[in-house]
Amino acid sequence: MKSQAAFFNGLFSAGSQSGSSPFFVMVRKEVADQVRSWRFIILGGLILLTFFASTYIAMINIGRAVGNYDDPDRLFLYLKLLTTSDGALPPFHIFIGFLGPLLGIALGFDAINSEQSSGTLVRLVAQPVYRDAVINAKFVASLIVISTLFLSLNLLMIGGGLYITGVNIEPSEFIRIMGFVLLSIIYVAFWLNLAILLSVRFKQAATSALMAIAIWLFFTVFYQILVNIFIKAFLPDPNSLTQDQIISYNGIILTLLRFVPSQLYSDATTTLLMPSVRSLGPLTMEQMAGAIPSPLSVRESLLVVWPQVSGLIAATTVCFALSYYLFMRREIRT
Amino acid sequence: MAEDKIIEIVGLTKYYGKLKAVDDLHLSINKGEIFGLLGPNGAGKSTTILMLLGLTEPSAGEARICGINASRNPIPVKRKVGYMPDNVGFYNDMTALENLTYIGRLNGITAVEDRAREMLIEVGLEGAMQKKTGTFSRGMKQRLGLAEVLIKQPEVIILDEPTLGIDPTGVRDFLALIQQLNEQRGLTILLSSHHLHQVQQVCNRVGIFVGGQLLAEGNIETLARNLFKASPYVVQVTADGEFPSSAVLEMPGVKKVAVVDGGVEISGEQDITPDLVRLLVSKGLDITGVQKKTYGLDEIYQQYFENNLKENVSNEKSSGLFQRSFFGRFSKR
Repeated sequence: MKSQAAFFNGLFSAGSQSGSSPFFVMVRKEVADQVRSWRFIILGGLILLTFFASTYIAMINIGRAVGNYDDPDRLFLYLKLLTTSDGALPPFHIFIGFLGPLLGIALGFDAINSEQSSGTLVRLVAQPVYRDAVINAKFVASLIVISTLFLSLNLLMIGGGLYITGVNIEPSEFIRIMGFVLLSIIYVAFWLNLAILLSVRFKQAATSALMAIAIWLFFTVFYQILVNIFIKAFLPDPNSLTQDQIISYNGIILTLLRFVPSQLYSDATTTLLMPSVRSLGPLTMEQMAGAIPSPLSVRESLLVVWPQVSGLIAATTVCFALSYYLFMRREIRT
Repeated sequence: MAEDKIIEIVGLTKYYGKLKAVDDLHLSINKGEIFGLLGPNGAGKSTTILMLLGLTEPSAGEARICGINASRNPIPVKRKVGYMPDNVGFYNDMTALENLTYIGRLNGITAVEDRAREMLIEVGLEGAMQKKTGTFSRGMKQRLGLAEVLIKQPEVIILDEPTLGIDPTGVRDFLALIQQLNEQRGLTILLSSHHLHQVQQVCNRVGIFVGGQLLAEGNIETLARNLFKASPYVVQVTADGEFPSSAVLEMPGVKKVAVVDGGVEISGEQDITPDLVRLLVSKGLDITGVQKKTYGLDEIYQQYFENNLKENVSNEKSSGLFQRSFFGRFSKR
């Protein structure tokens, strides 16, 4: 009876104390921390710089791109702004494929272990907050920062394009661009979660940062090399194969390559930003026969891209679930 | 009587793998008490405290604070208990006021900034309010830690090694502050330490904690009486000349005469200092100093700790059969 009364006491005092819940207090503090931190300023500045550079290049070449009658996508002006380049500088989405992981790692690699080593984590969990609020707040805060960054960059691009060219944006283009924003957020969120997972697992911030960078390097550089070696060693010479066999082997290779998050991201963005892309694998002549080279509708592009998106979401969720589990089970001591 | 017990620990046990960090602990602390948890490093003090707060799950037993089970219902417990960990850390790039306001907000306190200011003035940090905590000395951090504990207006304060690494004046001020809080607000305070003298100054009651077990509890006089039952009175005499040991031993109540450096220690059941001095003077000794010894925490602690150490050694011997044969093989080569 006594404990129940005490429980209700707590309940009422929590209700009577107005103000936001501890979770949102933490999110606010984390967002402020992230935005003020040097690493975010540096990486955000880098992304901003590449954004302006690639948009500038795209602006210069937009006339040629729109006038190119061989391209079925030429009339999607705003998508062209995102994807056109003159070969000197890669377009923005390629840059994000490269810089996004770094951003995610930078925002997450010391999420838990720096708090633990500076002795603030014990104090934090000794307050009347649930333990998972700490890790959830860290994740949500970084997600807010990333979302704001990408959303404002793309809206800036749309606004700038509208101002300079005066061409109205099509609803389908807008949806595609928002899809691209969402995809970029999910992609960075994957790396963020991986970094948070490592920060829960490793006590030293430096170890977890190096580990995250190592995983990123492995996926961007070494994984392709490994796959190539594997192909050379195990797959037969393509000259001696029938077409069906070549297609099935190609399928295996593509599947192997799609274990890499950046591959998933680039597949998905290409499909979203270039409406005429209708398949991410090889197409046979029979499948191509009768097809008119015309852009796909938004819905069809989304259908093509859906496996990639769900793969990315799944990887993100797995990382978060693992770090959540590890964090809830861990002994909090200084 | 049950209402008075604000902390109740019943059969609390914690294993880390095979290591028993806390072994079947029973303890209750009354409202308004200052209780000192004494013990060497690694005795399980911090583990016990973490279990009290529900931060670590006990392997067996339970801890109740204000009648609430700490491991089942940690949130209401954390609302009532202010805890300061042993090396208290703050967000270094935030000012003292910001750090404190943040914790206040997490506790759902309204008008949090005014309250934080008040608290900082109370612990004597009004001059450093707008300084970043990265520049704080250890003593200042400790004060800020206390301010943070107080801002949520707790019923119980738990301090883990609060005096570690502060200079003597800092310790004195800090302990005075704790005592003042206890007297003015009637707060219950549990502090752990291995600094015996400091604990002796402020605590109403102490518990001696070694190897995960509470060896003794009570106030310091009780502990001394229990421990030195046989010969509670000791007089140390410094004198020139041949010491009449046999004559002294014949005196009523004298148990032991021992030569220590610089003098002779006479221990017995009664306080016989005047008689002793008279006897020695009549024997023609030039007495240069007489000192009556009282048992402090130091001796008590030493005694308990020594006893335990012996036990540990014998335990290791019985369990270390395998190891011995292993090392034996190496030493033969």
